[in-house]
Amino acid sequence: MHDLFAITALGGSSPQTDRVGNVTCTESPGVALASVAARSGQEPKARTALGALIGADAPSVGRFAGNPVMAFWTGPDQWMVAAPFDTHEELAHLANTQLGDTASVCEQTDAWVRFDLDGDDVLAVMELLCVLDCRKMQAGEAARTAIHHLGCFVICRSSGAFSLYGPRSSAGSLHHAIVAAMKSAL
Amino acid sequence: MIINHPLLGSRDSSEFVYLGDASLIDRPDWQAEHAAEAFYDYAYLRDNPAGEHRELWFHEGGDRSWLVVTRNTVTHEISKVELARDVARAQGRSK
Repeated sequence: MHDLFAITALGGSSPQTDRVGNVTCTESPGVALASVAARSGQEPKARTALGALIGADAPSVGRFAGNPVMAFWTGPDQWMVAAPFDTHEELAHLANTQLGDTASVCEQTDAWVRFDLDGDDVLAVMELLCVLDCRKMQAGEAARTAIHHLGCFVICRSSGAFSLYGPRSSAGSLHHAIVAAMKSAL
Repeated sequence: MIINHPLLGSRDSSEFVYLGDASLIDRPDWQAEHAAEAFYDYAYLRDNPAGEHRELWFHEGGDRSWLVVTRNTVTHEISKVELARDVARAQGRSK
C-alpha cells in the first residue's frame, strides 16, 4: 500500500484562507455530499423520507433545511444532501437506505468544492460574482447560478455569510474568481 | 432580457440556453408506418414566424429545467413561461 496524503481541492495539505478587507474566503473540505432525485410517481414519499433524513421538512423551491444533515433544493424534485464528513462519510449510503426506491441517490462528495464567504461586505463580492440578486436572498435560501462560467450553488446562511459549491475539478478557477472579486470590490 | 422562471421568478437570460421550436417535444413514433417522413418533418422543417413563437429554453446556469417560453420574435416580449415537463404531461406523456 502506498503512503497517500489527503489534499484539499486547491491542492494544499490544509484548507486555504484568503482575507481581503473584512471578507474571508475559506476553503471548506469537510463536507460529505449526495444528490437525491425523486423517481417519477414517488415524489411525495421521497419528500417524506428526505424529511426524516434531515430532521426537517424537505426544502421547497430555492431553500435549504436541516442540521447537521442538511439538504438544499437543486431542481424540481431534486436535492443535494450535505453533512459533516467526519461523522457522515457514508452519507450516500445513509440516504440510499433512508430513501429506498423512492429516489435515486448519487455520491457527490468529491465532485464539489465548497468556499465559505463571511464578512460584513460579502454582498459587494457576491454582486460581482454572479447575476443573482443576493441582496434579496434571506438566510435559508439556496440557488444555482453561473459563477465564472461554472455552474455553482449559492447558499445564503445570513446576509453576511454565503457558501458556494462549485465543481471540484475547477476549484482553482473558482477560487481565482472569488479572490479577484474580493480584491475588486473591497 | 429577463425570463420569468415559473419556479424561481425573474432570472437573467444569460443563465439560459436556447434550443429551438417547442414542437421538438413531440418526437415522432419511430415504429409508425410513415416514420421516415415524420422524422424528416421533425428534424428539418420549421416555421419561422415573425411574431409569437413557442420555443424551448434550458436553464443551464440554474436549476437545469427545460422551459417552454412563448416569445414574440419581433419585440422579444415574453408572454408565457411553462415547465416543459408540465407541457408534456398536459399532453398525456408520463415523463
